[in-house]
Amino acid sequence: MLKCSLDNVQTLFAEIAKEAKLYLPIDNADGTAVFGEWSRGVAWSNALNTAKSPKDFFFPQTEDLMRFRTEGKKIEVIDVRRESDDFVVFGVRACDVKSFDVLDRVFLSEPCDSFYAEKRAHGIIVSLACTRPAETCFCGIFGIHAAEPAGDVSAWKTEDALYLRANTEKGTALVARLSSVLEECSDDAVNAQKESIAKIMNKLPLKDLSTEAFGGGKTQDLFHSPAWDALSSACLGCGTCTFVCPTCQCYDIKDFNTGNGVIRYRCWDSCMYSEFTKMAHGNNRLTQKERFRQRFMHKLVYYPENNDGLFGCVGCGRCLAKCPISMNIVKVMKQIGGNKGE
Amino acid sequence: MQKITREQLIDQASELLANGTVSTVLGWGAGEFGYDVTPTLFKTAEEMQNGFVFNDFCGANFSKYLVSKTKTLEGKLLVFLKPCDTYSFNQLLTEHRFDREKVYVVGIPCEGMADIAKVKEISGEGISSIASDGDRIVVTTLYADAPVKIDARNVLAERCIHCKSKKHVAYDTLLGEEGDVVASARFDEVTRLESMTPDERFAFWQNELSKCIRCNACRDACPACTCETCVFDNPKSGVENKSPSNSFEEQMFHIIRAFHVAGRCTDCGECARVCPQNIPLHLLNRKFIKDINTFYGEYQAGAEVGSRSPLTDYTTEDLEPSEIFVGRNEHA
Amino acid sequence: MNNMGDTLIPSVGVITDVRIDTPDIKTFRVVTSDGKKAFDHRPGQCAMLSIPGVGEAMFSITSSPTNTEYMEFSIKKCGCVTEWLHQAEVGQQITIRGPYGTPFPVDDVFAGKDLLFIAGGVGLAPLRSVINYCRHYRDRYGNIDIVYGSRSKADLLDYREIIEEWANDAGVKVHLTIDNPQPDWDGHVGFVPSYVKELGFDTDKTAVLCGPPIMIKFTLEALVALGFDKRQVYTTLELRMKCGVGKCGRCNVGAKYVCKDGPVFRCDELEELPSEY
Repeated sequence: MLKCSLDNVQTLFAEIAKEAKLYLPIDNADGTAVFGEWSRGVAWSNALNTAKSPKDFFFPQTEDLMRFRTEGKKIEVIDVRRESDDFVVFGVRACDVKSFDVLDRVFLSEPCDSFYAEKRAHGIIVSLACTRPAETCFCGIFGIHAAEPAGDVSAWKTEDALYLRANTEKGTALVARLSSVLEECSDDAVNAQKESIAKIMNKLPLKDLSTEAFGGGKTQDLFHSPAWDALSSACLGCGTCTFVCPTCQCYDIKDFNTGNGVIRYRCWDSCMYSEFTKMAHGNNRLTQKERFRQRFMHKLVYYPENNDGLFGCVGCGRCLAKCPISMNIVKVMKQIGGNKGE
Repeated sequence: MQKITREQLIDQASELLANGTVSTVLGWGAGEFGYDVTPTLFKTAEEMQNGFVFNDFCGANFSKYLVSKTKTLEGKLLVFLKPCDTYSFNQLLTEHRFDREKVYVVGIPCEGMADIAKVKEISGEGISSIASDGDRIVVTTLYADAPVKIDARNVLAERCIHCKSKKHVAYDTLLGEEGDVVASARFDEVTRLESMTPDERFAFWQNELSKCIRCNACRDACPACTCETCVFDNPKSGVENKSPSNSFEEQMFHIIRAFHVAGRCTDCGECARVCPQNIPLHLLNRKFIKDINTFYGEYQAGAEVGSRSPLTDYTTEDLEPSEIFVGRNEHA
Repeated sequence: MNNMGDTLIPSVGVITDVRIDTPDIKTFRVVTSDGKKAFDHRPGQCAMLSIPGVGEAMFSITSSPTNTEYMEFSIKKCGCVTEWLHQAEVGQQITIRGPYGTPFPVDDVFAGKDLLFIAGGVGLAPLRSVINYCRHYRDRYGNIDIVYGSRSKADLLDYREIIEEWANDAGVKVHLTIDNPQPDWDGHVGFVPSYVKELGFDTDKTAVLCGPPIMIKFTLEALVALGFDKRQVYTTLELRMKCGVGKCGRCNVGAKYVCKDGPVFRCDELEELPSEY
């Protein structure tokens, strides 16, 4: 275990930033936290989590895929991919670290998505244990440990110090170059924190939410549930849940004519949107109920069916906080899966 | 903080369900934590006893739901409307968006609704219970030793801080006492933006609008946005709800939307309430309202059914565009 | 940098021939800019074609894999991309990427079997590839029956090829039908599903179905009525797609992605899926 006094944490950030861009949660003027680039004097937010998930680092809201130059009948395809520099994302919570696994299985499976892979290869994740989870947190039901976050380096913050443990080659290389600010220490303080986090996890209101009814092979059981009607009844059909979600990965590919060539870009898309499946000759999901159902069935049944039982939700609670009508995956799981966990 | 109670609302609705006046009730459904209420349809008094809530977090404006819900419903729909909601209700009727005969409005007084984010700024995360006690909101959390008591007036939602009316402009039955149109300082922030230099103002909006994630929640919650298919949802429009990086395109969405609802926006504040990125979208609409008031005389959309917005109603007294331009310059 | 290609980045292709098939279907011949076939494919697979600034869309490859010189796409005019393609001339460059999707099981399941192909309208396009593949390797398959129907004679795709080539092959029987009688037509008149029932095929065949959803539904019912098991019947689906490789989420139905797990499905597999296709 390595340790850095909190008094010294800005020096630690400066050391990290010497060789890689450093991003960490920063308090926004509107009271929320966002991942922003660190520079001298930028304070590290105490917020439990960022309003927007860190999936942006690897799967940005919008990114250019290629350009085209056209002249008469001729087309030239211009590869706009550039080599990334290493960058460090610091203070990623256990749920969000897990979300990268969920995204990896989509983007890194054959054929590998080179845009994502490039950024993933150069991103170094320093996670952070949660000492004060919110009532909306339910990572535990998906086997995620708030006290034991994964990542290239795991971190724990106590009242006076930051503790670090490298987990991967990338992480080991990172801490190796920070040796001037880090000192070796025992695991005692971290173990004590893990114990206290475990006690809190046991008090969280959603800790007993059951995943039993969900997972691969449950399509026929759940798809026809009468509960979907009432659950989706007030859904506005907006994309808030999708876009604050760390694991939602649907995207659109579109062309933008700049007047001086064409940019083909991809951007986040939402299965909640009415035109998501709209084709020239029809739409296979005509009502909001069908679109609503698709989003939750995908996370709770279809994704796990294709990914060894791994759920497409990490329990970060963002959709619970942000849905304009307070409809969310927890309410869906309780209604569709039977009310276990009340 | 609310003067009217859940039980009074249930009693009123139960009576109307029992005597057949209405078939269904659109109300607030209980959530997991007391503050996360969901608009819900109730068919019976028993369903309401089990799942209906009314508390300081019932901010959602139900008016827009009437457009979709009355289309398929058998019988009348009872809807609870707060004073501000009734303005949206009238505006939708003015635009013939639903059949008035299919709706039964129970007007309910409102003392202002709370913003849970503001509550949490004071109480901290980890809420295990939340309840109102007179003018206070009492919050117990996993981390505080004692319940945190918060003055409800300190955690009001933005639109409630700047409440423009306690008066219901439409109802079939009114519960509690009728209020009045109230003076508000809602244009103060607009005035502050107007006093900026164009560069400062551009920087302000660029910063705010760059936070937009194009979730469309503002549009989808907006009672003035009731087009069957929005131009931004039409792949052939070229302005579909997406945009490439390093472009200013997404900001067009909000500006076009503000123009589209100008003169029809009642300033209900749903756009800003639902924005997951906390963009103060209501300020765009308030700028239009303020300008309309300045150039054409005071006008409140939705104050009455059938009124014509100054922007769609030509009179010979209207200012000439050149005069408006001068007017704007005087502002700056 | 992962110094590799990305499936989303297409190559440039050139339209070298445009054939007007029906009033709303044209067949485009496409090669790379240096005149070669863009890539190898299997029968039933698809490719993404695009026109920069207009859009990209998935099309089934109509030509047989045994054609090593070029690819063909029979495309019905019905949206932005297809409308643009319909006004394109020979020499026009487009972009192309693929192949995508799971092909028809021509080398295992189909081998040695009697085959029954049933198509409606532009639904013949995805089947032309597999029909011509099976004709090319004629000795690997048993008898072949082809039932094909369209609105009118003019709407029959590949009519000349069907009459002059397919119908003359040994062991291949072609059964054409049109929806309504017309003066220069002495063949069968009626919808495909009822024609299939009339023809009354032996149930030892493997059937392949493609056409509008309603035609697929009723033809499948007709086959089941004749005694076919759904495990003997294959079809191909079409949903909106963007990536072509099971990532963008658009064509997800149940745990399947039509772009990569399909477009070819056995009809009993479809029953396991939610009815959202």
